[in-house]
Amino acid sequence: MSVVTGGDSPPKVAFFNDPKVRSWAVQIALVAVVAYFAWQIFNNTVANLREANIASGYGFLDTTAGFDLSFTLIPYTESSTYGRAVMVGILNTLLVAVCGIIATTIIGFIVGIMRLSKNWLVAKVAEVYVEVMRNVPLLIQILIWYKVVLAALPSPRNALSIGDTIFLSNRGVTIPKFLWGEGAWMIVAGFVLAIAAIWWIVRWSRARQAATGEQFPVFLTSLGLLIGLPLLGYFIAGAPLQFEFPEQGNFNLRGGVGLVPEFAALFAALSIYTAAFIGEIVRAGILAVNKGQTEASHALGLRSGPTLRLVVIPQAMRVIIPPLASQYLNLTKNSSLAVAIGYPDLVAAGGTVLNQSGQAVEIISIWMAVYLTFSLLTSLFMNWFNSKMKLVER
Amino acid sequence: MSDLHAETSVAFVRTQEVPASPPPANITGLQGWMRENLFPTPLQSVLTVVMGGIAAYIVWLVLDWAVIHAVFVGESGEACRGEGRQEGACWAMAGARFGQWIYGFYPIAERWRVNIVFIVGVLALVPMLIPSLPYKTANAIFLLAIYPIMALILLTGGHFDITGSTWFTTYLFVAAVVLPLLFLGFVAKIIDSKLALFASLGIAGVAALLLEILSIDFGLTYVETSQWGGLLVTLVIAVTGIVASLPLGVLLALGRRSQMPVVKLFSVAFIELWRGVPLITVLFMASVMLPLFLPPGTNFDKLLRALVGVALFSSAYMAEVVRGGLQAIPKGQTEAAQALGLTFWQNMGLITLPQALKLVIPGIVNTFIGLFKDTTLVSIIGLYDLLLIIQTANTDANWAAPQTHSTGLFAAAALFWIFCFGMSRYSMFMERKLDTGHKR
Repeated sequence: MSVVTGGDSPPKVAFFNDPKVRSWAVQIALVAVVAYFAWQIFNNTVANLREANIASGYGFLDTTAGFDLSFTLIPYTESSTYGRAVMVGILNTLLVAVCGIIATTIIGFIVGIMRLSKNWLVAKVAEVYVEVMRNVPLLIQILIWYKVVLAALPSPRNALSIGDTIFLSNRGVTIPKFLWGEGAWMIVAGFVLAIAAIWWIVRWSRARQAATGEQFPVFLTSLGLLIGLPLLGYFIAGAPLQFEFPEQGNFNLRGGVGLVPEFAALFAALSIYTAAFIGEIVRAGILAVNKGQTEASHALGLRSGPTLRLVVIPQAMRVIIPPLASQYLNLTKNSSLAVAIGYPDLVAAGGTVLNQSGQAVEIISIWMAVYLTFSLLTSLFMNWFNSKMKLVER
Repeated sequence: MSDLHAETSVAFVRTQEVPASPPPANITGLQGWMRENLFPTPLQSVLTVVMGGIAAYIVWLVLDWAVIHAVFVGESGEACRGEGRQEGACWAMAGARFGQWIYGFYPIAERWRVNIVFIVGVLALVPMLIPSLPYKTANAIFLLAIYPIMALILLTGGHFDITGSTWFTTYLFVAAVVLPLLFLGFVAKIIDSKLALFASLGIAGVAALLLEILSIDFGLTYVETSQWGGLLVTLVIAVTGIVASLPLGVLLALGRRSQMPVVKLFSVAFIELWRGVPLITVLFMASVMLPLFLPPGTNFDKLLRALVGVALFSSAYMAEVVRGGLQAIPKGQTEAAQALGLTFWQNMGLITLPQALKLVIPGIVNTFIGLFKDTTLVSIIGLYDLLLIIQTANTDANWAAPQTHSTGLFAAAALFWIFCFGMSRYSMFMERKLDTGHKR
């Protein structure tokens, strides 16, 4: 009786039918094609740049820019460098993104909750808002804010004022300016102290509730600390903080901090446009929470306030936060439309540098690197959040 | 027990049925509806009044601007200037420039060509979109293969100057596809040799036919793409972007799910690169950097550059949509296909992709809506799309009037809104329609 040896060796197949060989062949071919194109592109670019007499490299960032920017957060003059202009652009992008994210979250949550209202009119108004805003291109909305709404505001001389502190005119929004005096650090210290105290109180009250079942009014205490401690610092230091209120002059507003109309238009359009999407996300998130959760919570004797706060919203947040984070990223990327109205964000400031220096490859690579960093940070946050909030099941 | 019953005297028994009384007036009809939906509690009533006030004010503002104070007829900006005439929209301007909004600077004598492209497009698209109509495959072939060539010839005028070098480059590409095919068919014998032969002949034939058709002189005047504009350019960019991004997106989605590390890495890198940056930087890249990437001396059309940028950008988004569909198909489908002995591409083409693509039709429509809105960005790199052509009225001395700006912008907003809202309703309709098959 002959024994067939090598029974566990795989059956013989033709060499080119072996999945392993095929997979290697495909991958090697792909690398070869990509490498070939990359090499071609590199060669062509070098040849084209040489023809146009453009030196490559990031050395040009140290050259004097020679142009002014209408809105800067850090000191910047015509004699600053290109690198500084790009930096101003990055900071301006961050400013409008952060302000926009705060505003759009507030509007978006209000709209989302309004859409779920039992009040027919309220729900309908929110629905119309969402359908109008998200179906009109953002660029058109920005232009409408900039060229129609803000341009229709009165001149600084007849500026609309809100309680003589905030002024609206066709030159933008003017708000009071903080003047930091001697000892102002005590206010900041009070604020930091308050946050530390709140952190400690939250932990302590949780531990106490777990041990004894007694509750502690954490929210009210925190609010009191947050307002009280900085105020205490303010008075101990002898009222070092003053406001410089804007005053109406004949031609312009004097004093205060002026936000250019470009910023105001971009900020308004971005937050109102994105809020329509966030409203839908919030609505979907709340609807995704099973009705049985609310009913069970009522059955346990929780009133509707605690039910919303302790049962519905924590579960809805699990659904809401990932798409919310990607909307924040969208808002940040959409802030690049600033270039259409001349708000000097990263793309607009970089575009001016590009036009002046002709360093297209470098500027575009800076743009992409900055935006990719933002999106990478967002996706890192989302991965962290998803792993933290994942349902722990048996 | 029974005694008790017997002793109970029945004083009164109704002999006929009492008709049911109508519900109280305040819970039915308009009054009841308003009570329940508008004024259930004092707080809600206050909210209703405040909201109603704001909403009515906004509606009145819109009506006042767009209808009551608007100027509908007029020969020039004179009609929209002066006391009592400059408080509302200047629709006279919109009427006078409407042709330009649709066709841009396309020669007026040649506008019929654009009209034919529009009409044929609509006639072919509408039966495609109505699920109950037959001949979907033939329709799709017409729409994706014949219609683009027809539109290209009609819009540009055809009669392309196809030189020997163009033939040479085209056949270099054809050879790059055909030679491996023939090799696999006849030498390595991995695929059926007859199939390889027919496929090779087919590819070579189609390429030759395409070049031949494009070089025919149909007697149409040549219209440069710089003369195109308005809605025409907006639609060309959006439609080309979405059609080009579909095959690319499918490939990238498959690549991202591939088990080959290199393929997966390249796909992920490509997708995340385009999804991580704003479209405007992509368009700048296409218009400034793309010419640098090509051999010195090559110069190509501005519109084409924007199209390349838009197609690459939207293919990354399309890849993610398709991936969502692929993930929704149970693994059993693939396993069953493998058990039947189907190859990877047979499985994809016959089993997985048809199911996955059907699932993501709403997602594709949503991507298209996003892309359609994003086409306005090409105005920033100087292409005369609908938005930019509407804004050219601002520099037209003939129509200089206080409301020119706002009329143009709100008209653009309304046009885009109609398109996007219609598409989003269609997407919702398809979602409901496709949903039924998967509900238990």
